[in-house]
Amino acid sequence: MPTTTTMENTPALRAGVSLVSRPPAWLVVLSLLAVATVSIPLVYLGVRASALPFADLVLIFRRPLVGQLVLNTVGLALAVSATAIAAGTIIATIVTRLRIGAARTWLLISALPLAVPSYLASYGWLVIVPSLNGFLPSWALLSAVTIPYVTLPVAAALRGTSADGEAVARTLGLAPTQAFWRVTWPQVRPAAIAGGLLVFLYTLSDFGLVAMLRFQTLTWGVQQAYSASFDRSQAAVLALLLVVIAVVVVAAERGARGSLTRGTALHSAKEPLSGGMRVLLSAVVAFPPLVGVLVPLVGLGIRLGEATTLRSVDPERLIQATTWTIGVSLAAAVVALLLALPLAALAARYKGAWVSAVEGAGYLSNALPGIVVGLSLVFFSLSVIPALYQTVAVLIFAYAVLFMPKALGTARSSIEGVSPDLIDVARTLGASRLQAWARVTVPLALPGLGIGALLVAITTMKELPATLLLRPIGSNTLATELWSRTAAGEFGAAAPYAAVLVLVAAIPAMILSGVRSVAKEEM
Amino acid sequence: MSVSARLRPVALLLGSVVVLSGCVNPTESAEPLENAPDTEVAEEVVIEAVADDYVILYSGREESLVQPLIDRFTEQTGITVDIRYAGTSELAAQLLEEGADSPAAVFLSQDAGALGALSLEGLFAELPAEITDRVDPAFTSFDNSWVGITGRARVVVYDSETVMEEDLPATADDLVGPQWSGKLGVAPGNASFQSFVTAYRVLEGESAADQWASGLTINDPQIFEKNGAILEAVNDGTLPLGLINHYYWYRLASERGAENMTAQLHFTEAGDPASIVNVTGAGLLAAQSFDLDALQLIAFLVSDEGQQYFVENTYEYPLVPGIAAPEGLPALSDLAVADFDLSDLATLRDTQDLLRKYGLIL
Repeated sequence: MPTTTTMENTPALRAGVSLVSRPPAWLVVLSLLAVATVSIPLVYLGVRASALPFADLVLIFRRPLVGQLVLNTVGLALAVSATAIAAGTIIATIVTRLRIGAARTWLLISALPLAVPSYLASYGWLVIVPSLNGFLPSWALLSAVTIPYVTLPVAAALRGTSADGEAVARTLGLAPTQAFWRVTWPQVRPAAIAGGLLVFLYTLSDFGLVAMLRFQTLTWGVQQAYSASFDRSQAAVLALLLVVIAVVVVAAERGARGSLTRGTALHSAKEPLSGGMRVLLSAVVAFPPLVGVLVPLVGLGIRLGEATTLRSVDPERLIQATTWTIGVSLAAAVVALLLALPLAALAARYKGAWVSAVEGAGYLSNALPGIVVGLSLVFFSLSVIPALYQTVAVLIFAYAVLFMPKALGTARSSIEGVSPDLIDVARTLGASRLQAWARVTVPLALPGLGIGALLVAITTMKELPATLLLRPIGSNTLATELWSRTAAGEFGAAAPYAAVLVLVAAIPAMILSGVRSVAKEEM
Repeated sequence: MSVSARLRPVALLLGSVVVLSGCVNPTESAEPLENAPDTEVAEEVVIEAVADDYVILYSGREESLVQPLIDRFTEQTGITVDIRYAGTSELAAQLLEEGADSPAAVFLSQDAGALGALSLEGLFAELPAEITDRVDPAFTSFDNSWVGITGRARVVVYDSETVMEEDLPATADDLVGPQWSGKLGVAPGNASFQSFVTAYRVLEGESAADQWASGLTINDPQIFEKNGAILEAVNDGTLPLGLINHYYWYRLASERGAENMTAQLHFTEAGDPASIVNVTGAGLLAAQSFDLDALQLIAFLVSDEGQQYFVENTYEYPLVPGIAAPEGLPALSDLAVADFDLSDLATLRDTQDLLRKYGLIL
């Protein structure tokens, strides 16, 4: 295995070297293993779809509603991710670069929508405005709950870079917005676009919110294939359609991402603001949490007030479900991160078509509705590890498969953010590749890795369909407890579980808001 | 009458290998058991009936309803029941995926279609007549591969504050009249809506059904994903009319208080397909077909006690003759009873093709 030389010191030369250098075998093997793992649902879908004769396949695509649903799905996902990228970048910039006061608190507040499951957000809104339905409310609400996927990484990237460049640009005569586009946007673009990709995939896979707001997307088709036709092949074909859309978007993200500019984090002076401007900007920052958190919680509160089923709350059960939820989501975060690490390292340090393909494949499972991934794990675990079927091990494994992509982007960019110079120094001082990795790269990238892990933990807490299929009998998470009560129409009894779920998920969300993308090398 | 006393004949019957092989053969067994005389089978196949006081149940019905009933069963029989709760369609897909490796012995389903899908794949064992004979034959499987447990009527729900009683539709055809344009909520992807359309096809003929579906589409129906959401929309005053299952109303009424309900139920004319009765049911998984505990559990669901429990707690129709229906509901005999197999997937496919033709489902 040829080793990367340590003589080149200029970035240009180094880039030239990494183009031709080959990753070590162990990294390749681990990466391929990780991709194979998260591709289990895709293999499963392939198996199920191939049971269908080709003629039937063609017929499915020629159904009157298919074109409409594809259009709805893509339109919604594009609108939501574009909104999240724009709003998330603006909000992150306001909070980190402008003097609106209490920046830390504002960032924390803007992370909160992450803690609200989209089905809960839509339910709460329907209590207050029962007539909501269709594209616009679906777009607005999905945007509100997904904006933090962009805000947090962009804020982290901004805090890791200096505002001096923008100040210099201003002194050279550029207007504030021009200075932002020319200097700051290139610095945050990778983080914003990567966050946007997660938002896009999230929207593709969402069923709960669009079902409640009656906007028909492909996940409706998948659900109907299971619930009315009992046809797993048909469901698989429709789910593969989601995968195809995801492939296109993952490839596009690659082009739009751009490469990371390593900046030096220095304390920079913030722009002074007028009082009116401060109020206006604060309102902008507060808007998504208002729509995604406050209004839905008020709605749930109203339902709670009308309910007669509150009496059936059992504190012991609530505590058990809470403990379980925290336990499995922490475990899932660790496993998903371990799965993401080799892929992230590969994509961060090596270029090439196949590296892109391998990393890109890692994102695809995230486009699938939970029921599909759940069934694929039923299929996989029964044929490979039947002894572990319906144990917590397979459940956590399923979470990792579902949500590894949430850790992948931030892990990659944080590893990218660790200067190869430092690795070179460690290597020159006699550290092996693995030692350099463990003692230099991982500690420096740890904040970014943490962001990914926390995102996985939050999403795991809210996950429902795969949990229902794979949890050990009798073990409940807050999400399943919430479901079993709402399925029975007992919204009063469901409310405490909803409240605790949001509270518990808010903790990692709040921690997230304080993390930098890259540990400060300069300190 | 105590449960154990009533169940004894079943248990005794099943304890005998001779009868057992005739009674609970897997429906799709590869062995030539089904056509062979019982005596011959007995010589060839000796299978021990199992009774280890433990059963795994997959329940497509909600925990708050099922668990208290099963707790009673456990109390009376000493049989521990572990229950996996999820949606009926998710569990059906899971059972299809698990195939013969399923840990489940019994599947409790919200609708007949899911039972039909599993039966078609040969995943159910034939149930003994002691169980299936208890239920009105109009509301259970045609081949004893599952047993009907409760009935729920399709019904029109309306906003009593905006819709006058005299304006309410008398038949399914009235529902697609111009006066309801944009005002009718349906869940076309839902199994119970599709049963209604199947009933329409059977009762009124294919061309009439085609016209009805076309009329519905032209009438700008409000498409929902679930029945429950239709009821809430009507009760919240955002939808004048909808098609749901009757018991949803009672469920919401017990949550909000019956006096607070602005949504009210309306049954169409006797015999009209819009008031078709759907059933919930249970089946015994073929891989566990010799599990006596599982059979006891199913027998309990169609026992007088089990049926009475559903009447009192879900306001559903009991399917065992002699048990009174919930008060205030029309008699089961006044509702449309189609003499077709609700779990027949071939019929269901035709219905779906019709709905698909008009873009009502994917």
